[in-house]
Amino acid sequence: MADALLRVEGLSKRFGGLAALTDASLSAEAGSITALIGPNGAGKTTLFAAIAGFLRPDRGRVLYGGNNITGEPPYKLARRGIARTFQIVQPLAGLSVRENIAVGAHLSRPARADALEAAGEVARAVGLGDQLDKSAASLTVAARKRLELARALATGPKLLLLDEVLAGLNPSEIRDMVPVISAIRARGVTILMIEHVMQAVMSLAEQVWVLAEGRIIAQGAPREVAGNPRVVEAYLGHGAASRLVAGGAGVQ
Amino acid sequence: MSTRGLLPIVICVALLALVPLVITSNVVLNFLVIALLIALVGQGWNVLGGYGGQYSFGHAAFFGTGAYVTAILQVHYGVNAWVGFVLGIAAGALVGTIIGALVFRSGLRGSYFALVTLAFAEVLRILASVAPITGAGVGTLIKLDLRPEAFQFQSRAPFYWIALALVAISLLIVHLIEQSRFGAYLVAVRENEDAAKALGINPVTVKLGAMTISAAITAAGGCFYAQYFLFVDSGIAYGPWISIEALLAPVIGGLGTIFGPLLGALVVRAAGEAAKLVAGDAPGLDLVIYGCVLILVIAFAGRGIAGLLTDLRETMQRLTARKVAPPEHAHG
Repeated sequence: MADALLRVEGLSKRFGGLAALTDASLSAEAGSITALIGPNGAGKTTLFAAIAGFLRPDRGRVLYGGNNITGEPPYKLARRGIARTFQIVQPLAGLSVRENIAVGAHLSRPARADALEAAGEVARAVGLGDQLDKSAASLTVAARKRLELARALATGPKLLLLDEVLAGLNPSEIRDMVPVISAIRARGVTILMIEHVMQAVMSLAEQVWVLAEGRIIAQGAPREVAGNPRVVEAYLGHGAASRLVAGGAGVQ
Repeated sequence: MSTRGLLPIVICVALLALVPLVITSNVVLNFLVIALLIALVGQGWNVLGGYGGQYSFGHAAFFGTGAYVTAILQVHYGVNAWVGFVLGIAAGALVGTIIGALVFRSGLRGSYFALVTLAFAEVLRILASVAPITGAGVGTLIKLDLRPEAFQFQSRAPFYWIALALVAISLLIVHLIEQSRFGAYLVAVRENEDAAKALGINPVTVKLGAMTISAAITAAGGCFYAQYFLFVDSGIAYGPWISIEALLAPVIGGLGTIFGPLLGALVVRAAGEAAKLVAGDAPGLDLVIYGCVLILVIAFAGRGIAGLLTDLRETMQRLTARKVAPPEHAHG
C-alpha cells in the first residue's frame, strides 16, 4: 500500500450548538483518487474547508506528507502543493479564461508571459482550449466547472481537493468530465473529491469515505461501501437497508 | 517584459507635452496643471481602488502628508524643496503602509474599509488644524523663492511639464503593474478574495503593496500642490475634497484602466469649468450643474468613459458585421 499523502486525524468542529464534525478521520493515498461522500448536511464541505485551511478545526490534526498543516492559511497550503476547487464556482468574473488560469500558474511562474502560456496548456488539458479568450462571466455552468478545475491545476498541485466538480452537470457533460479527472490522476496528482454523482465515484475512486452527521461511518472500496447497510441507512433513513432486503431490491 | 501598451502612453504624453508651446494663456495652463494634478492623485487611487477593488474615501491622508512634509521640511528645517518633494512621497507611502497594515490585517473590506480610511484622513485633518508644527489654523506658507533649485518657476509652463512628467511616471508604474504577477494577483483579489487565497495569494500582502504604491503616487500630488500654491492648511491638505477628486477621476474615466484617471480628470475639470461659465454669477448653481453631469455619466456609463468607448467600438463592430450578414440570409 502506498503512503498516505494526506491524513486527517480526529477533526471536530462545532458551529454554536451544531456539531458539524465529530472526530472525523480519513486518509488519501499518494497517486490515488479518494472520494468523500455522504448525505446533504453531513459535514463534507466543513471537512474540506478544514483541510484546505479555510476553517480552523476545534480539535484534531491535518497531516500532509507527514507535516502538521492544521490551521495553516490557504495561500500557504497552495504553496505546499494543495489546491482546491469550490462547490459554488468562484470565477474571477471580470477576467478572461486565460487570465483566470494564469493567476494559478503564477504560483510557480513569476513572469506574466510564462504564466499566460502555461494557462493555455492547462486549458487544453481540461478541454477549454477553444474558449481561452472568452470572459469567465460568459461561460456555461459546465465550462465554469472546468475553469475551476483548470485554475487549481495550474498551480501545479500534488494534492487536489475537488468539491463537487460534477454537480449541476448533465449526464453527457459528466461523461466528458470523468476522463479529464482520471487524466489528472495519471499525471501523478493525488485527488480527494467530494461527490454526489455515484456513477462517477464508482468509476473513478479507489477509496471511499462516508460521512454522516459529522462522523465517518464507513470506508472502503466503492462497491463495498455502497453495499454497507449503515451507508444505505444514512442516505435513506433508519431501517431502509432491511426493508430493501426484505423487499427483494438488491443493493449492489 | 512586454512593451505592448507602451506606445499609447508615449504618444499621449508627447502630445500633452506640446501644449505649452501652442497655448500660452495662463488661465488655460492653470486649468491643465490642476487637471494633471487630479489625474496623478486619481491614478494613485486607481491602483488601490480600480485594480485592487479597495474603495478608499481617505486618500487625503496621503495627499496631505505629502503636502505638509514638503512644506514643513522647507520652512522649519531648511531642506531643499526637491529633497523635500522626495521625502514627502516617502512619508505618504509610509502612512499608506501603516494605515494599510492596520486596516487589512483586521480584515476590513468594502464600506468598512471606506469608512475607516475616511476616519484616518479626518483624524489627520484635525491633528493638523491644532498642531503647532503645521501652523495649526493658519497653515504653512512656503517662502517665495523663484528659482528652479527651489522648485519654483516664473511661468506656468515648467510646472505643467513637471506635473505631466509625474503623470507619465504614474502611467508607467500602472503599465508595469498590469504586466506583472503582482498586478494579476491584485486583480484576482479584487475579483474574488477566497479564490485568490486558494491559488496561493496572500491578500493582505497584495493589498498592502497596492496601498503603499497608491499612497506614494497620491502623496506626489500633494507635494506638487504645496510647491505650486506655496501654501498648505489642514482643510486643503487633509480635507475630504481631495479624497473625492481622487476617486471621481478614475470612476468617471474608467476604473482599473490605465488612462481612466487622466481621461476622468480632464472631463471632470472641464465639466466643472463649463458649469461655472453657464451658471454665471448665481452662487452654487455651477455645483448643481456639475453634480447633474456626474450623475448622468455614472448612470449611463457604469464603467466610465473608457468603458463607454469600448462599448461603442463593440457596437460599431456588431453593426458592420450585421451589414455583411444579410446576403447570407438571402441564400438561406
